[in-house]
Amino acid sequence: MSEGDPTGMRSPLGRALGLGSAGGGASHWWGQRLSSIALVPLGAWFVVALLSLPNLRYEVVHAWAGRPVNAVLLLLLIAVGSQHSYTGVEVIVEDYVPHKGRKLTALLLLRFAHVLVAAAAMLAVVRVALGGGP
Amino acid sequence: MAMRPRPLSPHLQVYRPQYTMVLSILHRATGAVLSVGLLLLAYWLLALASGPLEYARATRLVSSPLGLLVLAGFTLAFWYHFCAGIRHLVWDSGRGFEKAAARRSALIVVVAALALTAASVAAMLGFGGAA
Repeated sequence: MSEGDPTGMRSPLGRALGLGSAGGGASHWWGQRLSSIALVPLGAWFVVALLSLPNLRYEVVHAWAGRPVNAVLLLLLIAVGSQHSYTGVEVIVEDYVPHKGRKLTALLLLRFAHVLVAAAAMLAVVRVALGGGP
Repeated sequence: MAMRPRPLSPHLQVYRPQYTMVLSILHRATGAVLSVGLLLLAYWLLALASGPLEYARATRLVSSPLGLLVLAGFTLAFWYHFCAGIRHLVWDSGRGFEKAAARRSALIVVVAALALTAASVAAMLGFGGAA
């Protein structure tokens, strides 16, 4: 049969769609790789830049996070980090929660929690960057 | 539909720990820890956006001895997951699966994670009571 399918057990349609048993193809796997690759520079930048500040006093950190370059990188870190975090906990839940209803509930709550936390953190960065607040 | 208990595949506890599985488990565990760390990041940024008083309260919480220990733990989780993640990306490119190479990269990951954590904690302590 065709390459990648030496057994010839898959239907021609299944082979053409290439979505596999999970119905999503390699999109989950690929999304996890993409976010991993993006997080290598983003994560390293965050920790190194933060620890390179003279101190972590309010004025210093506020000025640092408010600079456009840093604000954009922080927004990316939050967006990509939370996406990566969700795809990770998704796999953990799928591995350890066999009950269908409980699995679905856990995934739903985790997704909502991730979006909520990311939205809140991003709002905070935008607020600091635009000089709003008290 | 009544289900008879189905046979389960053996889980981790039946295996003798080997460095390969320990590192793999640690990668997942530190990933889960970092998911919780996102909450801390969000809290810290919200405090920063809420003004000096809120920010001072947040840093007071973190600069207590227990808070510093927790922060050091998150830092170790971060650097371990960072290094082991790069190891996984190298594997994804189809390289480094040979026994000797895998053993070497395991050692590199552990040493690099510990060194980066030590350097980060040293930098944190360098801030002194400034935070």
